[in-house]
Amino acid sequence: MKNYVIKRIIFSIFILFFVTLIIYTLIRCLPASYVETMAMQLSTKPGAKPYEEWVAQLNASYGLDQPILVGYFRWLADFAQGRFGDSWRFTVPVIQKFKEVIGVSFVMGAISLVLELVIAIPLGVIAATKQYSKTDYAISASALVGISLPTFFFATILKLIFSVKLGWFDTHGLVGRNYAQLDAMGKFLDQARHLVLPIATLTIVSVGSLMRYTRTNMLEVLNADYIRTARAKGLSEGKVIYHHAFRNTLIPLVTIVGGSLPGLFSGALITETLFAIPGIGYTSYQAMTAGDIPFAMFYLSFLAVLTLAGNLISDILYAVVDPRVRLS
Amino acid sequence: MSLRKETAGGAAKEDYTPVTYDPQYILMVNNLKKYFPVKGGMMSQTVGHVKAVDGVTFNLKRGTTMGLVGESGCGKTTTGRTILRLSGEKTGGQVLFNGKEIYDLSNKEMRAMRPKMQIIFQDPFSSLSPRLPVGEIIGEAVREHNLVPKAEFNDYIDKVMDNCGLQPFHKERYPHEFSGGQRQRICIARALALNPEFVVCDEPVSALDVSIQAQIINLLKDLQEQYSLTYLFISHDLSVVEHISDTVGVMYLGNLVEYGKTADIFRNPLHPYTKALFSAIPIPDPNAKMNRIVLEGSIPSPANPPSGCKFHTRCANCTKRCQEEAPVQREVEPGHYVVCHLYDK
Repeated sequence: MKNYVIKRIIFSIFILFFVTLIIYTLIRCLPASYVETMAMQLSTKPGAKPYEEWVAQLNASYGLDQPILVGYFRWLADFAQGRFGDSWRFTVPVIQKFKEVIGVSFVMGAISLVLELVIAIPLGVIAATKQYSKTDYAISASALVGISLPTFFFATILKLIFSVKLGWFDTHGLVGRNYAQLDAMGKFLDQARHLVLPIATLTIVSVGSLMRYTRTNMLEVLNADYIRTARAKGLSEGKVIYHHAFRNTLIPLVTIVGGSLPGLFSGALITETLFAIPGIGYTSYQAMTAGDIPFAMFYLSFLAVLTLAGNLISDILYAVVDPRVRLS
Repeated sequence: MSLRKETAGGAAKEDYTPVTYDPQYILMVNNLKKYFPVKGGMMSQTVGHVKAVDGVTFNLKRGTTMGLVGESGCGKTTTGRTILRLSGEKTGGQVLFNGKEIYDLSNKEMRAMRPKMQIIFQDPFSSLSPRLPVGEIIGEAVREHNLVPKAEFNDYIDKVMDNCGLQPFHKERYPHEFSGGQRQRICIARALALNPEFVVCDEPVSALDVSIQAQIINLLKDLQEQYSLTYLFISHDLSVVEHISDTVGVMYLGNLVEYGKTADIFRNPLHPYTKALFSAIPIPDPNAKMNRIVLEGSIPSPANPPSGCKFHTRCANCTKRCQEEAPVQREVEPGHYVVCHLYDK
């Protein structure tokens, strides 16, 4: 087990190397250049140097005059030593900005994951135990709708209904207009109110796939011979379903839920941007559109690390929950 | 099509004469039917039925073993499961276990009855829950039904396991750590721990290799004596059935075509299908000439069985009557029943 984990981590480092190389190359090739925007602004000031000179000077100071590969290895050397640099867009150290914005993303991710589990697993189990019934069709159809809805469309509909028509929530932002005047409890409630629609969006668009996953796995287990054995033993139907069937369904479920835990830190780029929630997703979106290479590189490498960690966690959990699997 | 619609959901309830309970029989099966709906079309409506079991009648004496043979897909397994009420509701007929119609019992009464009637499945690899240790697999239902006092529980499980050739330390292990033969012993121990009267053995040895088959068969025979069990032994291996059974039933396409004492059936098979089936038993002598009766064609679809006698499409002795009229079960010699027009007096 220990050897396996070490082997996997070494392998992950290799993957990370190539992932960051590709990301860096892509970012350098993007048309949104921070330097050009800056040069444009600076050169329009009265008595300033011409645009070309500004570009050359800024490129030199930001290290963009180097070829892509050289630039990458410089970035890699810094990254490996934990020096993530300063964000160009936000003009603060990357790590400081990251610390500011990760909290709200994590809270959103954690709440919607819990809601997802609480909704998806029971509904999936019910749909499977009542296969081909009206309940099953209703659950499966709504799961399909949830999966098929694009986030931006669904979020807009929610805003239209609950913010514009009913006026229950603000359309965007994390705090209301008079946030500064509220006491601690009021501040908390104000933030919570602003998170309702984003969390609802996140939950509803992602609950469907987990529900279907639960249903499929549960069905597979329910048709297994050992479920017939359990019934033949004369166990009550509740025991058959929860003690025998659901336990075995838990194996794949724990694996994918465990694997999605690192994703709690990745933020939700589309949802946060639509609701203007200052989380890691929205911040990265702003950084990327501004051509802020240090922040974008940091965020995208961070996502890559989270994905690799997620996969590793799933594989380890698989061995932990399933007595048949022994990693070696 | 309209005719099929009327019979949708199965045959009419009154197409058999109800039997009355005879205490010498632990199990009385009377015209048992089990149809599975075939879904199709736009709205996945029922477009027909697979007649997996289509009128099976036999009685099983206490402490004996009945072998049930037939080719793949003839409904042996469904018969076994339907007798134990393990594949949903029956379509028609009676199943009297100790004189009680098991399909009339409430779910609660049925659960209480379960320990008395157990089953050993064909595949010991899939019939054991992979997440439970063996001790729990064997003991769970014993605890559930309060069969032994708590203080004696552990000793009881050890004793059952010992009877089935398992060691006490096996209790902590998981099914995947055992070989096929040992797993089948676990399945047997699991069934026996409930102290059953009647056990359906659904091809218990066909997934095992030959040397292990003999061990398991002998184990089943020993246990039968020890616990005075009644077996319904489902198999397609005729030599195994001949070895273990007191009576034998031969199934073809959902029907029990012939049924009688093992010796009678093997020495004097009457039904043309039984004759063909038994002619395929290998003779352990390379010089012996085999007179194999090779059946023409393949087994018809149980969703759309032939009219009259279901076997008429492949029968060498087929007459016009066989194509039109379904034969009924008749007793040709004492205890030897056959469903064939050839033996009408």
